Amino acid sequence: MRRLPGMTATATSARSDLSELGRSETALRTFLHGLPGVDQVGAEQRAAQLGTRSIKTTAKAQAIDLAIRMVDLTTLEGADTPGKVRALAAKALRPDPADPSCPHVGAVCVYPAMVPHVAEVLRGSGVHLASVATAFPSGQAPLEVKLADTRAAVEAGADEIDMVINRGAFLAGRYKEVYDEIVATKEACGDAHLKVILETGELATYDNVRRASWLAMLAGGDFIKTSTGKVPVAATPPVTLVMLEAVRDFRAATGRQVGVKPAGGIRTTKDAIKYLVMVNETVGPDWLDPDWFRFGASSLLNDLLMQRTKLTTGVYAGPDYFTLD
Amino acid sequence: MSERVAVRKTYKLFIGGKFPRSESGRSYLVQDANVSLASRKDARDAVVAARAAVKGWAGATAYNRGQILYRAAEMLEGRREQFVALGVPGDEVDAAVDRWVWYAGWSDKLPQVYGGANPVAGPYFNLSSPEPTGVVAVVAPAAPALLGLVSVIAPAIVTGNTVVVAASPAAPLAAVTLAEVLATSDLPGGVVNILTGRLSETVPTLASHMDVNAIDLTGVADADLAADLEVKAAENLKRVLRPAPVDHDWFADPGITRMTALLETKTVWHPKGV
Repeated sequence: MRRLPGMTATATSARSDLSELGRSETALRTFLHGLPGVDQVGAEQRAAQLGTRSIKTTAKAQAIDLAIRMVDLTTLEGADTPGKVRALAAKALRPDPADPSCPHVGAVCVYPAMVPHVAEVLRGSGVHLASVATAFPSGQAPLEVKLADTRAAVEAGADEIDMVINRGAFLAGRYKEVYDEIVATKEACGDAHLKVILETGELATYDNVRRASWLAMLAGGDFIKTSTGKVPVAATPPVTLVMLEAVRDFRAATGRQVGVKPAGGIRTTKDAIKYLVMVNETVGPDWLDPDWFRFGASSLLNDLLMQRTKLTTGVYAGPDYFTLD
Repeated sequence: MSERVAVRKTYKLFIGGKFPRSESGRSYLVQDANVSLASRKDARDAVVAARAAVKGWAGATAYNRGQILYRAAEMLEGRREQFVALGVPGDEVDAAVDRWVWYAGWSDKLPQVYGGANPVAGPYFNLSSPEPTGVVAVVAPAAPALLGLVSVIAPAIVTGNTVVVAASPAAPLAAVTLAEVLATSDLPGGVVNILTGRLSETVPTLASHMDVNAIDLTGVADADLAADLEVKAAENLKRVLRPAPVDHDWFADPGITRMTALLETKTVWHPKGV
């Protein structure tokens, strides 16, 4: 295994049986607070430095196609209608109708009520159907309601569930409660993949992000996701770096690979490529795949398509020639 | 006491209301001054800035646009000496100020002259009103340096378009100084963007850019380049203004054609009751 600068010592200290941790509040707290603290300046500097790489020509073309395949094309608005989400699903299947060589996106992400409409369009296409659940975006609802929300989304055809953690409980230090909710939601998901939204914008510190990442992975999350996109601070490069380090160390400790999904605020191809560089440099090429890394975004796709068109035609594209989301 | 060293000025680009250097870091010498040598990425950034400014500028009232342009004329008047020091003759500066004021006055009058009610055979009010085309790329004439520049920028923006101007490579100092005038005139950032450097680098990018709606080739002296640019502009059916004839008299009354060439006509049919 590669050891990189900024790598934590958790890989070795956590070899004890991690599955036992969820049994008691004290064990969880001892473990999570025993994780090494994040060097804030170091993480921010490292993330900024990785953002300076110049990715051009064929490497850029490859990065753009990979980024398109990693997009979770998202619409989470109160104003979503069946017609709008169907149009979005059609775009997910064929993002650039003028170019058949353009790959389809990773998934479409909608509210549970919209899942049946999207499922019709995506059936058999290979594009995943993600649904937010568990009283998204606040997560402030009784557990039974959250689980019913999850089951309803899975029954309607979602094969990926984006749940939100209970930030109120997490910030109050009731880790066991958060853990149990994730375990229960994972169970309610059945075969569907579970993405755990940490809402890092509300967690205040990188130390909390690291703890929440480990908590979500210990409880069985298949993916850890930064944000709902509904609070002012969404995905940032340093937060994603901390989460990538967590999934790397978690695999080293347990052998299980967990995916990462930055969401919210990623709007340009340049930003997306910076994230891909960070993935490659932090966790390696194992994660450079739509099964292990996703972008939660809506406007990003159009910018990727415009850049792709620029590379194929040689002239700068304009937004007039791409669909509005 | 040591002698004071004068602060020398670098003439930078004007993009989105700011004065950045070229992203390429290059510059060239004109009249003993360093001037940014814009790259195609600067041209792209300028188009992005111009596009972002369209909504606010086209949406502003004609009266408000006129006031802002009049303010620009006031600022231009105040910098008269600076232009003269750059080699622009005094009477040309005066003519440029007058030209700017003249176009400013057209802001709320052009729709009355160029639009209006159309007689139709049916129970409808039929109204046509001129609307701005959007983002306009402009190649400024080499001479007269200031009057030529004002004569191509003012008619494009007074109706609500935003412009990306490729200044003449030989006379960029007046263009950048005009940018300083515009930056202090309440003109929203991005309405006028000015690129200095080689036309062969920036203008083909602008001509082929799918997010540019019209191109004014006034300052293109090379006939082959002009033809090539027209071909590129045809890709998304940009409106094209052909290069100005060599003997064009910039001091003469310009008429309204420079404004009307960069407009679209919106026609509304409104049912009429009994």
